[in-house]
Amino acid sequence: MSEVALNDTTMATGESAPRAAVLKRLRVTDNMFRGITRGCALFVLLILSGVILALVIGALPALQKFGFAFVYTEVWNPVTEEFGALAPIYGTLVTSIIAMVIAVPVGIMVAFFLTELCPKMLRRPIAIAIELLAGIPSIIYGIWGLFVFAPFLQKYIQPFLIDTLGNVPGISSLFQGPPYGIGMLTAGLILAIMVLPFITAISRDVFDAVPPVLKEAAYGLGCTQWEVFRSVVLPYTKVGVIGGVMLGLGRALGETMAVTFVIGNAHKISASILQPGTTISAAIANEFTEAVSDIYTSSLTALGLILFIITFFVLAAARYMLLRLQKQGGK
Amino acid sequence: MASFASNPLYTRRRRSDVISKVLAYSATTFGLGWLVLILGVLIYNGLGGLTLDVFTHDTPPPGSDGGLLNAIVGSLIMTILAVVIGTPIGVLAGTYMAEYGRHDKLSSIVRFINDILLSAPSIVVGLFVYQIVVAPMGHFSGYAGAVSLAVLVIPVVVRTTEDMLMLVPDTMREAAASIGLPRAHMIVRIAYRAARAGIVTGILLAIARVSGETAPLLFTALNNQFFSVNMNAPMPSLPVVIFQFALSPYEEWQRLAWTGALLITVTVLALSILARSLTAARK
Amino acid sequence: MKFTKIAALTAVAMVATSLTAFAADLSGAGATFPYPVYAKWADAYKKETGIGLNYQSIGSGGGIKQIKAKTVTFGASDAPLPGKELDEAGLAQFPMVMGGIVPVVNLDGIKPGDLVIDGPTLAKIFLGDIKKWDDAAIAKLNPGVKLPSQAIALVHRSDGSGTTYNFTYYLSDVSPDWKTKVGTNTAVQWPAGIGAKGNEGVANNVGNTKGSIGYVEYAYAKQNKLTFTKMVNKDGKTVAPTAETFQAAAANADWNSQPGFGVILANEPGANSWPMTAATWILIYKKAPDAAATTEALKFFAWSYAKGQDMAKDLDYVPMPAKTVSDVQKMWSSDIKDASGKSLFTLTH
Repeated sequence: MSEVALNDTTMATGESAPRAAVLKRLRVTDNMFRGITRGCALFVLLILSGVILALVIGALPALQKFGFAFVYTEVWNPVTEEFGALAPIYGTLVTSIIAMVIAVPVGIMVAFFLTELCPKMLRRPIAIAIELLAGIPSIIYGIWGLFVFAPFLQKYIQPFLIDTLGNVPGISSLFQGPPYGIGMLTAGLILAIMVLPFITAISRDVFDAVPPVLKEAAYGLGCTQWEVFRSVVLPYTKVGVIGGVMLGLGRALGETMAVTFVIGNAHKISASILQPGTTISAAIANEFTEAVSDIYTSSLTALGLILFIITFFVLAAARYMLLRLQKQGGK
Repeated sequence: MASFASNPLYTRRRRSDVISKVLAYSATTFGLGWLVLILGVLIYNGLGGLTLDVFTHDTPPPGSDGGLLNAIVGSLIMTILAVVIGTPIGVLAGTYMAEYGRHDKLSSIVRFINDILLSAPSIVVGLFVYQIVVAPMGHFSGYAGAVSLAVLVIPVVVRTTEDMLMLVPDTMREAAASIGLPRAHMIVRIAYRAARAGIVTGILLAIARVSGETAPLLFTALNNQFFSVNMNAPMPSLPVVIFQFALSPYEEWQRLAWTGALLITVTVLALSILARSLTAARK
Repeated sequence: MKFTKIAALTAVAMVATSLTAFAADLSGAGATFPYPVYAKWADAYKKETGIGLNYQSIGSGGGIKQIKAKTVTFGASDAPLPGKELDEAGLAQFPMVMGGIVPVVNLDGIKPGDLVIDGPTLAKIFLGDIKKWDDAAIAKLNPGVKLPSQAIALVHRSDGSGTTYNFTYYLSDVSPDWKTKVGTNTAVQWPAGIGAKGNEGVANNVGNTKGSIGYVEYAYAKQNKLTFTKMVNKDGKTVAPTAETFQAAAANADWNSQPGFGVILANEPGANSWPMTAATWILIYKKAPDAAATTEALKFFAWSYAKGQDMAKDLDYVPMPAKTVSDVQKMWSSDIKDASGKSLFTLTH
């Protein structure tokens, strides 16, 4: 290859000297370019390490003061400067769980529709339409949630839930309280809509990758479309679907703007999902520029660190699963 | 042969098939319904406020009419700067992963890390940039805002660059090598040109991604109610202005918030569709 | 390549714009309480002098933080800093304008001024002890008013707020229960309710949530046509929130009694006094880090004292009395200096 020519030094003398000079220059620029690209790749690693380092340094004062108890204390008192992450962590987990409970079945069914039932001509437009949901910026979801969705919930849905499910023994404590319109349920529902396109897109990709021969064999045995989907496609793509679900979960956990508008900003843990709460990202977004004392700022940064750790593990697991599927199926 | 209709197993299977199909259709209608609802509300509320004033006047104090000029310009400046910073780094990193280090350990680690960064919560990026830019500088600035957006641009560009360069057939590379073209020249002159549309797609997607980002700007660029191109001071941006105006009780501000939201959404969707059509044309 | 050309042009543009930085827009941040009147003053000042005031209404807590971090020219807070803290930080503090905090409600059929509330009842509501609108305590104060049997939806501030400081100061004053359980501060651990961002957020939330109650600065209630309530003051008289009742409460204040003019006007005696009147202060460095910006800021404040009175009154804020204004300006000329010790403000009379 050309490297042989570039590294050949025997031509440095005599009539080939100009050519050798050119080759030398080419070799230098070649190595420089390689060095620069390698440096940029390392820079990406540097960014991640930088983020972790900055978060840890910022969070250190709070973690030193409160210790591990920070993670399971509910108090959030700027007056006495006692902070605990339990309420934001709880809110983050609850809203994400609500979102996944709705988005996963719906997303998989939409992918089922797009891969099996939809007329070929409509496939692309509908798929693009669903992906547009992912493209809408989260602040749009936030103001739509605050001005359209929350009032709707407050007027019609929440009173209904309080009157019916609020009286069913066992789950009644989930549906207590005055209908604010905003609160954890609202935030969870909006997150569900935001996460839906991710699950659909990845599920669709993995469903399409199922070898047709497997499906045809099942059809040959007389299976209905649903049976083929349930018994052949889903088991085959299990890992990929879970990867997609975890990707959606990662998005739901870290979502800030949509949640900030409708979560209600109450640093309390309530059994009822109709009550206001807070999530880690909403707490940071709301309070960071106003945190007066260093411990306050540090506690918020510690929240950011916790969020980053949680999402890191979820996303790492997701990528790992999708990687395994790629290796197994072959793209 | 027993009649199919009276076979209980058959009717049960058929019923579950029909139910699942109904569910699938409803799920799709459900998903599409939200899209229509959200875009519909956005157009309904935002279009009415879309006058020429929005592009010629700055943000008004509460109780007066005005526009979004300073916010639009601020967003444009910070986005352009973020792309200028982030694209070279992203393209070069993607180049390393696709060309030089296609199978080495560094590339697989970077690929993994890059995907994490791609989906990481953007508020954490804001915290990071606050620590490394705002705190040392001592004040909020457009620079800090641009840096935080750049950190969001890089993973997108790395991903698409690597994917697009991988699509360039190796036969092209081998042909270049056979005529004695050094690696770097081959990459720049052959591979980049072949993957040009894809790389541009990556840039468009990155712009679409950062156009709507609010959280990282909240504590890096802060906000500014006047027209300002001073990068060394707080800079207005459309998403942060929308955030402030939407949460306010003033009618004029809320109207501007909807109009701003419509502008952002149209921009982001147009960029996404444009990017998609570029890659489709390639295929 | 075209790309390098774009990069070069951008770099030049950036450097050029950084250099034009000196035509400084002033920057301030803090209290949402006075934001409507500051914004109005800034708009008029810009039309008259061309100098812009970039005020970010992020809450008193934010204002204190940003001025201590020297990221803004001045901070604004409705919670006055104690003298010790002012001296430690090297800050000067002076009051700019006064206003009233009013409870606002959202109930069908109740119009502004229909409902009457007193301090102890307000404290019980915000403690979460009174949960429904038709509670006996509220009904006692409002004979003849039809109160629905609806759950009370509480709205408080989620950010660090001087409005909250004055509100909780008042509640601590009238309710020993509140004082021990919650206390006074810019951000407290609220026993119940949802948190909204800024006076704006509370106004927005109360306006949209039926059966809600919140507390806002009066200009917000007026501008957004919210239903404010009347209150029972220290003397036992029922008063409505008007410029007169705010002024009556402010009339007794001895502004020089506290360091940095930090006098709290909550629960003032007087038959006509509004119980939740409050002042709002500006924080600025005595040894100005940026002398030019601080000089411009002082000019703006002097202009607001002199010419902004009518605009303030339009929004039902109460301007500072003339004697206090001259005391403040004396303090500027004696205390606020640049690095070389030269005073940045000269008295004109």
